[in-house]
Amino acid sequence: MTCISRQRFMKTIAFEIHDMTVAYHRRPVLWDIDFTVPEGKLVGIVGPNGAGKTTLIKAALGLVPLASGKVEIYGKPYVDQRHLVGYVPQRESVDWDFPVTVRDVVLMGTYGRLGWFRRPGRAEREIADRSLEQVDIAALAHRQIRQLSGGQQQRVFLARALAQEAQLYFLDEPFAGVDAATESAIVELLQTLRSGGKTVLVVHHDLQTVREYFDYLVLLNMRLVACGPVESTFTKENLHKTYGGRLTLLDEAAEAMRKQEPLL
Amino acid sequence: MSGLSLSEKVMIGTSLLGGMSGVVGSFAVLRRRALVGDMLSHAALPGVCLAFLVLGNRDLLGLSLGALATGLLAIATVTVIVRWTRTKEDAAIGIVLSTFFGVGVVLLSVIQKPGVSGNKAGLNSYLFGEPANMLTGDLYLLAIVAAVTLLTVALLYKEFQLVSFDADFAQTQGWPTLRLDLAMMAALAVVTIVGLPIVGVILMAAMIILPAATARFWTNRLPVMLLLAGALGVAAGLIGTKLGRDLPAGATIVLTAAAMFVFSLLFAPQRGVVARILAEWNLRQRISREHLLRSLYELGETQLPQVAVLPVEQLQAYRYWKPRSLEKLLQWAVGKDLIKLVDAHAQLTPLGLRRAADLTKVHRLWEMYLMQHADIAADHVDRDADETEHLLPETVLVELEQHLADEGRLPRSLPEVPESPHELEAPRET
Amino acid sequence: MSHPSPILFAALPEVSVDAWIVLTGAATNVACALVGCFLVLRRMSLMGDAISHAVLPGLVVAFLFSGSLSIVPLFVGAAVVGLLTTFLTQSLHQYARVPSDASMGVVFTSLFALGVVLLKYNVSGVHFDVACVYEGALEYVPFAEPVLGLPRPLFTTLVVLVVNLAVLVLLWKELKVSSFDESLASTMGFSATAMHYLLMMLVAMTTVASFEAVGSILVVAMLIVPAATAHLLCDRLGTMVILSAIVGIAAAVLGYLAGSWFDTNFAGMMTVAAGVLYALAVLLSPRYGLISTLVRNLKMSLRVLRDDLLAMLYRVEELSSEKPLSPANALQAVGGGWLAQWGLAGLVRGGQIESRGDRLQLTDAGRDLARNLVRSHRLWETYLVEHLGLPLDHVHEPAHRVEHYIDEHLQRELQAEVDATAGDPHGREIPE
Repeated sequence: MTCISRQRFMKTIAFEIHDMTVAYHRRPVLWDIDFTVPEGKLVGIVGPNGAGKTTLIKAALGLVPLASGKVEIYGKPYVDQRHLVGYVPQRESVDWDFPVTVRDVVLMGTYGRLGWFRRPGRAEREIADRSLEQVDIAALAHRQIRQLSGGQQQRVFLARALAQEAQLYFLDEPFAGVDAATESAIVELLQTLRSGGKTVLVVHHDLQTVREYFDYLVLLNMRLVACGPVESTFTKENLHKTYGGRLTLLDEAAEAMRKQEPLL
Repeated sequence: MSGLSLSEKVMIGTSLLGGMSGVVGSFAVLRRRALVGDMLSHAALPGVCLAFLVLGNRDLLGLSLGALATGLLAIATVTVIVRWTRTKEDAAIGIVLSTFFGVGVVLLSVIQKPGVSGNKAGLNSYLFGEPANMLTGDLYLLAIVAAVTLLTVALLYKEFQLVSFDADFAQTQGWPTLRLDLAMMAALAVVTIVGLPIVGVILMAAMIILPAATARFWTNRLPVMLLLAGALGVAAGLIGTKLGRDLPAGATIVLTAAAMFVFSLLFAPQRGVVARILAEWNLRQRISREHLLRSLYELGETQLPQVAVLPVEQLQAYRYWKPRSLEKLLQWAVGKDLIKLVDAHAQLTPLGLRRAADLTKVHRLWEMYLMQHADIAADHVDRDADETEHLLPETVLVELEQHLADEGRLPRSLPEVPESPHELEAPRET
Repeated sequence: MSHPSPILFAALPEVSVDAWIVLTGAATNVACALVGCFLVLRRMSLMGDAISHAVLPGLVVAFLFSGSLSIVPLFVGAAVVGLLTTFLTQSLHQYARVPSDASMGVVFTSLFALGVVLLKYNVSGVHFDVACVYEGALEYVPFAEPVLGLPRPLFTTLVVLVVNLAVLVLLWKELKVSSFDESLASTMGFSATAMHYLLMMLVAMTTVASFEAVGSILVVAMLIVPAATAHLLCDRLGTMVILSAIVGIAAAVLGYLAGSWFDTNFAGMMTVAAGVLYALAVLLSPRYGLISTLVRNLKMSLRVLRDDLLAMLYRVEELSSEKPLSPANALQAVGGGWLAQWGLAGLVRGGQIESRGDRLQLTDAGRDLARNLVRSHRLWETYLVEHLGLPLDHVHEPAHRVEHYIDEHLQRELQAEVDATAGDPHGREIPE
């Protein structure tokens, strides 16, 4: 199913995925994903473990090769629109022992704009400081990143994405291993972004908070189960299809392909 | 430059090499590529031999180009093996390292045959290093390589930093991460190869790793680490060469660098082993002392505003101190005018009472805080704060104090304010 | 290495010089391969590299103490250094928070430098030849002092070989479990750390024993390359160990032959030979080799093309189109190319398609096959629509990709899941 609906003709489409299939080691993990996200939504991407949520984001951002399909931001291919996209990866993806301070990391968000060879100057430092304020860790600016708690590390990543001054934000499990206060602070920030017209997509693992946090939902389990406004999409039936359904046939076909599909 | 004596040339050469290796090695160590330098050194040998066979003499530039060629081939081979076969990266590096070197050894034996012409003496220096063989021309090459490498790092600093820290994020910003990675590897390769005739195959890997690993102990900031690693490399080069008059210079340079590493490992502030042990010891001391004062306060709380005179055995039983430790603690407290110790009985002085009351208050605030706000504790806590009073934000402190007061457990430092008791253990009879 | 007088040579039994060299090389390689397999599997290959370098000071110290290269002090020195290196590397990593590869690098290069410095001191009488560190001295093995009738380096190597073998046999279970799953091993009572230290000690001893033969660096090749080669050829630990020993022996023999032919360094040649054998395994391994993978890919592509041709003809028949399908059109429709032509020719040869003039026709056998394929395709399409909710215009492509992999079993399951009687989502009949 797709999310092509009346909405398409009424609102601007910020983000669109066409027929995306992604394979890891020759085994398809995402099958024919197809959906659109209108501008100015706070989107939750939800599904069980191994459903391919992180893969979806990584594939959309070009970090993982696509077996087929394409990704568009505001109607143009992703590679032409990178400057519009901010990314908050999972915390484990980084070596926290690296010799950089909080401010150094946030400044990295401005690098995309600087281009080759140029150093971050006063303007970039101001952007970084503003982002630090927005996530309420300005006091930690000169701390080395290893000395931070989980929630603080998450805020650093978020600040870095904010410093990118993007239109679309992708967050991969931002609430994993984070204390309740940080979680509410982050949600509030995301909602502020949304009010400002930005589009935010969040890989999320906690079903309890879906209704409260998001206004748009993508239900995923190797394939798209449902997508649309939270009210109409977050239904028992859809949840059952996402979490409860037997997908053995998909698995079997995937396994058969993995065994024989060409390597090259 | 031709007016320089040999020893001056050697000093300049080893300094240049040390500086370059430190800088380039920093990125290698941070990216977990420390042993790639080792592989490059070994893989260089066949290239050197081939270049020699082609050129017929020991021309540093020519031999270096040969070494670079096989070095880069080695990197490519490892990449191919890891990508296309079942062999894992560590085994791939080991395979390439040793087989390339094997080819080199074979070629060396070919070269050393009487029938092959050319000035072979210089070739052996590739194995163990021989700074004394340095010619003026070599110095020029070193200087150029150093200049280019350092310029590259300076120009591409933010790009290298970004790709080393978070390659995925870099890619989403549009940076060509693969090519930047290759640039870093290329810098590593060039520095390694140019340094081979000076320190030899094995020890070049040490030059890449040691100064960088040493510098890491002294700083948490990348630019400082780079500068420090470079400086340490230069120092190792100079000192090692000075020491290495009768000994193989490559080895003495490495041993100097190793000595600096061990020193830093032990004595660097904050990250050094000694500093960490001291910090932990200090912390435990402070905690014990606070426990003493708090115990003195709690045991005598019910008797306030009278300041209780407590037998030492009671104190002992309250907290299960070892007699000797308690004795030392009491001595300390006496020395600081916090207690009076008479006849195996301890009593808080006014100063001591105030301190003890404050400590107890903070402790109870903290307990209350954890009980009430446990789920947001981590985020509000400023871990680096020394004084526990500054651990919590002001507003939270005020709120908690109110709670404690309501419960009747808020300690007062002045003895004349009465306090209602709570469920504290009644002081035991001695 | 000392170069003893020719008188000693006369004391050795009547075995040719060549044989001693080959035997020593082979023994070295086998001893190394036995421990090397575990290094490779535990991803500790570079630790083997590290230890082989780090033993140098141990060797020198043992030599200084004992005044000779006799076995016992040698092994003691080696074991000590092996343990020391391992311990220092672990400690640096765990307590000083130095990354593991840098820890290894720091420890072994420093120790090696120490060894080099110690080496340079000429001690009374015999002295180490520095070049031997790198190149080994297989050439001189037949001239070494005999021990029990064998040249000393060969004797030492055989001792180590036996020890390694004994450890392997006695601790097979433990080694196997702790190599594949350290936490499991701990829960089963084998200390993973103890295994690690034991293994490193064996590596140190093996390195030292091989030192005289192949030198410090080429021993790394002997540890890793035959083991890695065997890893590419089989899936069972026992087979891998045996294969690696065989590869080691082959490398020794081939290396010796090549070395004699070109008159070059033997140890180096044996290493090169090992490398060549590895490369051959990379290309030709039946299961994992590049060539077999290529061949498998071609076969798969061929099958896909044949399937496409058959299915296309079936659909043309279904539509009862009067327009015949010519070979040229058919080939063009599946993408053309020489592989498609080959596929078509194969179908004709195999009796699934008849080529009558300018017209292709399915035979009965071919029609059966085609029907099956189209059935798989349409079942999958139905599954996609019913169970996955994909829209109509999105199901043909995926089904087209997957249909080739749907075997009988999967087909039956699909059938069970899906309502096949109503036809596929496009309204076409699903053939039996």
